[in-house]
Amino acid sequence: MTKKQARLYGLLLFCLGLGTAAGLVLYALGDNMSYFRTPTELVTGAYPEHGSDHSLRLGGLVEKNSLHHEGDTITFRVTDLKNSLTVRYSGTVPDLFREGQGVVATGKMSGDVFIADQLLAKHDEKYMPPEVAKALQPSGIAP
Amino acid sequence: MIPELGFYVTILALITSLLQATLTLTGATRGISALMHAGCRAALASFLLVTLAFGALMAAHVSDDFSVMNVAMNSHTLKPLLYKITGTWASHEGSMLLWVFILTGFGAALAFTAPSMPLALRARAIGVQGLTGFGFLAFILFTSNPFARLWPPPEQGNDLNPLLQDPGLAFHPPFLYLGYVGFSSVFSLAAALLMTKKAEDHVAYLRPWALAAWSALTFGIAMGSWWAYYELGWGGYWFWDPVENAALMPWLAGTALLHSLIASSQRAALLRWTILLAILAFSLSLLGTFLVRSGVLTSVHSFAVDPRRGIFVLVLLALAVGGALTLYALRAGTLPESPLFAPVSRETALLLNNLFLCTACATLVTGTLYPLLLNALTGDIVSVGAPYFNASVLPLLIPAAMLMVIGPLLKWRADELRPVLRQLTIALILAAACVVISLYVCGYHSALGLIGFALGIWVLGGVAVDGRRFIGQLSPHLSRLLAHGGLGLAILGMSGSMFSEEHILHMRLHDIAKIGATTITFADVTIADGPNYDSARGTFFITPRDGTSLTMQPEQRFYPTQGMPLSHVAIRTNLLADTYLSMGPEEDEDDGSKARAVRFAINPLVPWIWIGGAVMAMGGLWGAVRKRR
Repeated sequence: MTKKQARLYGLLLFCLGLGTAAGLVLYALGDNMSYFRTPTELVTGAYPEHGSDHSLRLGGLVEKNSLHHEGDTITFRVTDLKNSLTVRYSGTVPDLFREGQGVVATGKMSGDVFIADQLLAKHDEKYMPPEVAKALQPSGIAP
Repeated sequence: MIPELGFYVTILALITSLLQATLTLTGATRGISALMHAGCRAALASFLLVTLAFGALMAAHVSDDFSVMNVAMNSHTLKPLLYKITGTWASHEGSMLLWVFILTGFGAALAFTAPSMPLALRARAIGVQGLTGFGFLAFILFTSNPFARLWPPPEQGNDLNPLLQDPGLAFHPPFLYLGYVGFSSVFSLAAALLMTKKAEDHVAYLRPWALAAWSALTFGIAMGSWWAYYELGWGGYWFWDPVENAALMPWLAGTALLHSLIASSQRAALLRWTILLAILAFSLSLLGTFLVRSGVLTSVHSFAVDPRRGIFVLVLLALAVGGALTLYALRAGTLPESPLFAPVSRETALLLNNLFLCTACATLVTGTLYPLLLNALTGDIVSVGAPYFNASVLPLLIPAAMLMVIGPLLKWRADELRPVLRQLTIALILAAACVVISLYVCGYHSALGLIGFALGIWVLGGVAVDGRRFIGQLSPHLSRLLAHGGLGLAILGMSGSMFSEEHILHMRLHDIAKIGATTITFADVTIADGPNYDSARGTFFITPRDGTSLTMQPEQRFYPTQGMPLSHVAIRTNLLADTYLSMGPEEDEDDGSKARAVRFAINPLVPWIWIGGAVMAMGGLWGAVRKRR
């Protein structure tokens, strides 16, 4: 094999790899990116993914006295202090998940209810997830 | 007094780092060995001074000196001594000091533990190391002073985030940094090689350093994922969290580097690429430091946000990477071209390894940085989660693991594929048998899990075939065999985790729950308060089909200073599977009774993820310390 051929093979391999990678990346990003939405956006339907089956992230505070257990499933309301929305979730609840605290839920809308497949609470007492802070901003409550 | 001394020696270290850089670089350019030797001693001085500073901070933590802000924010008189010591590096400021401590440590090690390395090369590497140290010491002094005082001192400290009060996490950062920052030595040597004539003769000097850093990083990552598994209480071990990705990026680049270094040091092949990778590996470490330390990412690892810090690290990143790449652009042309090799040869195998690992690394970087870029450009907040990384990184790593069995059996320059594949027939048969057996035993659950089982057995079988050729003279090959074998074990563990079974129960005291043939009895709850937390400890009897009873005691803790609850998981393992039990706080049921959420899981083969990781790290370590002819 001459130098030229070796270089050609190298270049071909490189392009093949780059092409595959770029394809996979674009494909995966398009499907698996979840946009962050506030309760108000979800309640009013004023968001671009409305009606699609896209995964969403919802952030806000867990409304006081809204938490109910039904077997393995919990329901609660998430509020940005302007609007609130019912969330249903079955699975492990993070340690710091409590009423009145910030929460970020990943999932999908189904009718008027947000079906969450993952819940994230804050990591410690002083920390406010930036998504929650953003959701609360319009209502003028400093986090 | 001691904190002021700590601050003072940090300033001195800043000065000696600059001295270290100027003395060695001038000495090497002018060929004055006295200057170079002086520079080596300056490197030792920098290390000793930073050690003193680190010791001073540790002393403040151990003695509960709450007049030091860093201690007041992260400690508490009742915190156990172990976590007072490890609390030294649990905050942003402290962890940056640990960062520089390891950086200067590698500088001193370059100066004094590599006597066979030509003095000029060593001096230049120490010089570059000194420049990096200077940058980061300035970062500490100007933006993250760990010795800042607080007046009046508070009576009591804030305590440390309870998630961090854990032996696994306490020692995870030092190992992670040893790896992360250890790549600085490889970076410095690569830059030094670019400044040296006939660099191709010296490229083998990179190997022990790359191996040492890689081992520590492997161990650190394994330890971190183990911690996530038992402390976060979700049963997962890898979340594709941006901060985890930040550690995985240099690991992938470092793994690629180890392999291209083999080709470079033994066959003088891929020289330019190897040097570029050496620069990139540490650049990714710096990028990781930026992502974690600037607060642009939110995760359990990020600390308080100060925008100045982000900009400072970004400037350091630009200077280091930009400088090294400029040097590379100017000098890489002087390195000789690769000698020719056939499409079927060990060189090709190593090249393919690099292709897959680097592409995986690039997709990882893309996914991690994409939300930041999109947020900066459009203001949208998006998150790129596990599905993306599973869909883009795994398809690249699976073929890489398939090829890693074939590579070591190939000869340099040119070989035939067929005889090599014939040697591997046994591994292929075993892999296929494993798929059939697991289908028969556990039924069809997860395609990825089955692929993983086959892959793990294929890799282990390949290691056996590879190692059989060298029985009696394993020593030169042990590093590879351990690293590859460890990966095989880890792959089996990860595949096993895909067959996990998880059940969430609501149990009142004395309830008995049945899951399949397993009986879970909630026998008791007792008070088990620790030094700085309250705790309720449950006692559960788990009785599987075979009648052997397990007693498990998960805890639900509450740390009053931080106002933070924490589940302490109970795990029992027989190495074939983990029994995993966690217990939530007491909750009022709708019918007025009190119950606790109990999470019961069986996680097959999961411990092998970390055993495999440790074996890989041992392999790297063996390669780093083994005497070469």
